[in-house]
Amino acid sequence: MKYAFYTGCAAKGACPELYQSAVKVAKLLGIELDEMTSAACCGAGVVREGDADLSLAINARTFAQAEAKGLPVLTICGTCQGVLANANKTLKEDPAARDRVNAMLAPDGIAYRGTVDVKHFLWVLIQDVGLSKLRQAVKRSLAGLRVAPFYGCYILRPSKDLGLDDPNNPTSLEELITALGGERIDYSGRIKCCGFPLVLENEPMALAMGGNATAEAKGEGADCMVTPCPLCHMSLDIYQERAGRQRGERLDMPVFHLPQLVGLALGLSEQDLGLSRHMVPVTKAMGKIASPTS
Amino acid sequence: MRATVQVQKFNPETDAAPRLREYQLDVAWRGNTVLDALFQIKHELDGSLTFRASCRSAICGSCPMVINGRERLACQTLVADEIDRCGRIEVRPLRQMRVIKDLAVELDPFWGKVRAITPYLTPKPNRDAVALPQDVEGGFHNVDACIMCGACVSACSSLEVSPGFLGPAALAKAYRFVADPREGRTRDRLESLGGEHGIWDCVRCNFCVEVCPKDVKPMEAIIRLRREALREGLTDHPGARHITTFMAIVRREGRLNEARMPVAMVWPNLRRMLAIVPLGIRMFLKGKVPAWFHRPIPGIREIRRLFDARETSK
Repeated sequence: MKYAFYTGCAAKGACPELYQSAVKVAKLLGIELDEMTSAACCGAGVVREGDADLSLAINARTFAQAEAKGLPVLTICGTCQGVLANANKTLKEDPAARDRVNAMLAPDGIAYRGTVDVKHFLWVLIQDVGLSKLRQAVKRSLAGLRVAPFYGCYILRPSKDLGLDDPNNPTSLEELITALGGERIDYSGRIKCCGFPLVLENEPMALAMGGNATAEAKGEGADCMVTPCPLCHMSLDIYQERAGRQRGERLDMPVFHLPQLVGLALGLSEQDLGLSRHMVPVTKAMGKIASPTS
Repeated sequence: MRATVQVQKFNPETDAAPRLREYQLDVAWRGNTVLDALFQIKHELDGSLTFRASCRSAICGSCPMVINGRERLACQTLVADEIDRCGRIEVRPLRQMRVIKDLAVELDPFWGKVRAITPYLTPKPNRDAVALPQDVEGGFHNVDACIMCGACVSACSSLEVSPGFLGPAALAKAYRFVADPREGRTRDRLESLGGEHGIWDCVRCNFCVEVCPKDVKPMEAIIRLRREALREGLTDHPGARHITTFMAIVRREGRLNEARMPVAMVWPNLRRMLAIVPLGIRMFLKGKVPAWFHRPIPGIREIRRLFDARETSK
């Protein structure tokens, strides 16, 4: 299992704990990561708003780098996954668009043939590693920990671009939580929007979205949330206090990045997983799980 | 085929709260739709059940409802598919709209927003050509396929927290007129669409794209409206600044710089600067603020050339 590792900006910026935990978990599970250090930002759907072909070209450059290595792309960001999958689908299925984009890239001798696949870490865990192997690797069961999955928009919708989960009734995070021994919380907010794309331009709306989902998870008895998208993590963790203030309540809900939750079950330490970097302390959740057994 | 159908019943004049009522049906054949099932309930089991329907062919837009958790046209959804997927069928009215009775919702606010975007052409003066030119790019990107059913409005994340938002259906309709080469008020339209509750309040969650029964992709229309607003030079709004700032940072560094982004967004507004500082300090103490000066990614020259080539081609 070897992949071209597309970290995305957040894992190299505001969420270094995501990068660190993903790398450590991948190593334990025998996933080989060849980091794409010269890959650019996917555009997060924002560059596409300014210029659709420019966004395609930047991502075609990234795909061409993976194509040259003959590796599929692995992402650890739900937003990157959605944006890259959408661009890749266009480049694979619309030869006119691919020709246009390759013409833009030609002066630097870059061309994308359309042969690369893009997979989120969550899908790699389920499809390539497999839940049974994961179950065997568990050193510290998450038994007793009630986890509310939070998917984020871009890993689910539009489902025509993606494909693993039913966008209305996804199951992959739930299956993963169960495989790690945890208890999954069911709530309607799990497929909703965290509000992050509006946080710098209309903070009250963004806080209302993130706050609604967090409060609902709390109401259903969750000890923590888990998300495969660092932008959701920023919204749910960094902005949680402000969201709570807007609602007039203390939410106090720890939020894990997907690889952090897996890493806990695999026996990695809090330092390994960078848990001290969260804005909302994870103590409440850590108190629910036993120490690792060797 | 035996089917369990649960329908949300509610008469605001007599009931304190909505409740789910369960019906057991013998569905005659696998091709029956949820709308057929609702008619069967009304004819055989519960004459009081209220819902809207008309063409039964996914053309009129009368029968959108929330079926097993997602906005669908009842006439376009097969009973057998839903039973296979969920084991039973749960039908509720559209969200974010006042229930008149059972599955029928109040549509006046919906139409009010459509009217608010001036849903008709205001042609350029002294133009001879009335017919639409054949070569309109992408045929308005499919927005004229909209049947005004309201499924997207029911599913919209932004509307859920901000009821005044114009919403996906009205904004998709607005794009149809902004994109029309015969339209005379394009800039006025974009200025007004960029105001409060307008194009910049879309959170890009893709729910409208997912639920639309006609593949209109309202969010794509909103993205195009934003692009048109930038092209018209309407760059003052924080939403517009989000795009231009983001692109400038990616051009310079190849990656987003999350330290610079918020500062560049609010600069030079002192009041807004002060609002972001406390959070910035707390993030810094947690090691969540990246370096102000990023080293650009290897190969940044290629990224800059792509940006510059687009700039000069405009």
